[in-house]
Amino acid sequence: MSSTMNPALRRIADEVLVPHRLVMVAVAIGVVIWAAMSMRWHWIPRYSDLAIQGIWRTLWLLGLSVLIGFTLAVPLGLAQAAGPRFLAAPARAFCTVIRGTPLLLQLWLIYFGLGSLFPQFPWIRESELWPYLRQAWPYALLALSLSFAGYEGEVMRGAFKSVPHGQLEAARSMGMSRFAILRRIWLPQALQRALPTLGGETVLQMKATPLVATITVIDIYAVASRVRQDTFIIYEPLLLLALIYMVIAGMIALAFKLLERHFNRGIVV
Amino acid sequence: MLDWLYSVWPALEVSVNHLSLQPPGWGGNLLRGAWASLQIAVGAFLLGLVIGTFGALGKLNGGPVARDLLAVYTTVVRAVPELILILILYYAGTDLLNQALRAMGYRPVEISGVVAGIAVLGVVQGAYATEVLRGAIQSVPRGQIEAARAFGMGAVLTFRRVTFPAMLPLALPGLSNLWLIATKDTALLAIVGFSELTLETRQAAGATRAYFTFFLAAGALYLLMTLVSGRVFGWIEARYRRGQVAP
Repeated sequence: MSSTMNPALRRIADEVLVPHRLVMVAVAIGVVIWAAMSMRWHWIPRYSDLAIQGIWRTLWLLGLSVLIGFTLAVPLGLAQAAGPRFLAAPARAFCTVIRGTPLLLQLWLIYFGLGSLFPQFPWIRESELWPYLRQAWPYALLALSLSFAGYEGEVMRGAFKSVPHGQLEAARSMGMSRFAILRRIWLPQALQRALPTLGGETVLQMKATPLVATITVIDIYAVASRVRQDTFIIYEPLLLLALIYMVIAGMIALAFKLLERHFNRGIVV
Repeated sequence: MLDWLYSVWPALEVSVNHLSLQPPGWGGNLLRGAWASLQIAVGAFLLGLVIGTFGALGKLNGGPVARDLLAVYTTVVRAVPELILILILYYAGTDLLNQALRAMGYRPVEISGVVAGIAVLGVVQGAYATEVLRGAIQSVPRGQIEAARAFGMGAVLTFRRVTFPAMLPLALPGLSNLWLIATKDTALLAIVGFSELTLETRQAAGATRAYFTFFLAAGALYLLMTLVSGRVFGWIEARYRRGQVAP
């Protein structure tokens, strides 16, 4: 390798330029070329607009449900780690129920259950929210957010508990109020400890989003299913779909890597 | 007692009748679905353990090509939604099997839902089990394995007598997590039309319009499965940790 190469590039070159890896890369390129030439892709231009809308819907459902879910997870974790019993017990029960039942069941309970309950109340039908409640995505967002909150509540409980007690005592002896301790000391350190887990959990949440297609939300998975039904082409849309999800998973992993680097500034490992 | 409850809360009687085990009620269907879910979960978990054991040993002791291929397998399976893997493996699996049968001169067969479900979820579980078992095997102290070698034990005997029992307590928390994922992932087979608990529940709920009754009952069944198995795993873990210093 020439010594003028930049170190990151050189590291990649050292990893890839090994005989068996070169053969594997060649095989992979061969498979991709074969797939591009001999499989059927003529449907792509016709469905590309729909696919882009689908990807966008998947991404905002993921982002919003992670945000809402995490906002709920912080009090859930705090209640379990340090709360009084009348708060800790319901928080633990919520996390157990969410983690102990399949998301598909929760989704269908919320969509079919609440969806059949709401129209019975005239004041809901006359409210301003009704145009939204007649669509499917609010139920999808609610189910995904609650599910994320249940799993992350458990993660945050562990993270809050793992912050050394001396830190909190030191903050108290400096005269900080309980809210200031939470905001300045407890939450940042718990977050920093939870970040690697949260990255993995966000990928898991992404893998759960295609379930919303079963309640008529047109995400990218639903678009691929429609291609399959319209054209009777089975493998090509599924393979492209798998590739799209792999790219999204890669982007999530990268984003959390950057976040971790940002949060670990000034910390000696 | 029940009559008094029914008079106070009439909806309860309707719900109980819906859930009764005799034909007008749908309780029998729900229990049959739960039994199917449990069978698939157990099968997939065991298949995943077998794949995971070989995968972990391959990742740790295999040649460079085997290691890279296993890395591709675990990365892809963990990055693509289970639902899509189930569809791809289900279609590709039946296709390949039938092509092979046709090539050998047999008639194509319809693959049973239970077998397909076990195979597909087993491949997914195998990727996660590979990582769990690899981590556990790696944390067995090297000296123990070297001591076994020094006593003249072969690779198989070393694994059976030393590595396996020493890594089991370390692997159990991860494996119990995997078992919970297996029970919940069986619900995904509802989407490919296999009548396990979630699909049976949806059919019962759709037919009677009593959505809350059936979905809550199914939720209770799933919760029962996960809570009981949590206890069982806790007991196994305590048993295998006997004589070890608490971490």
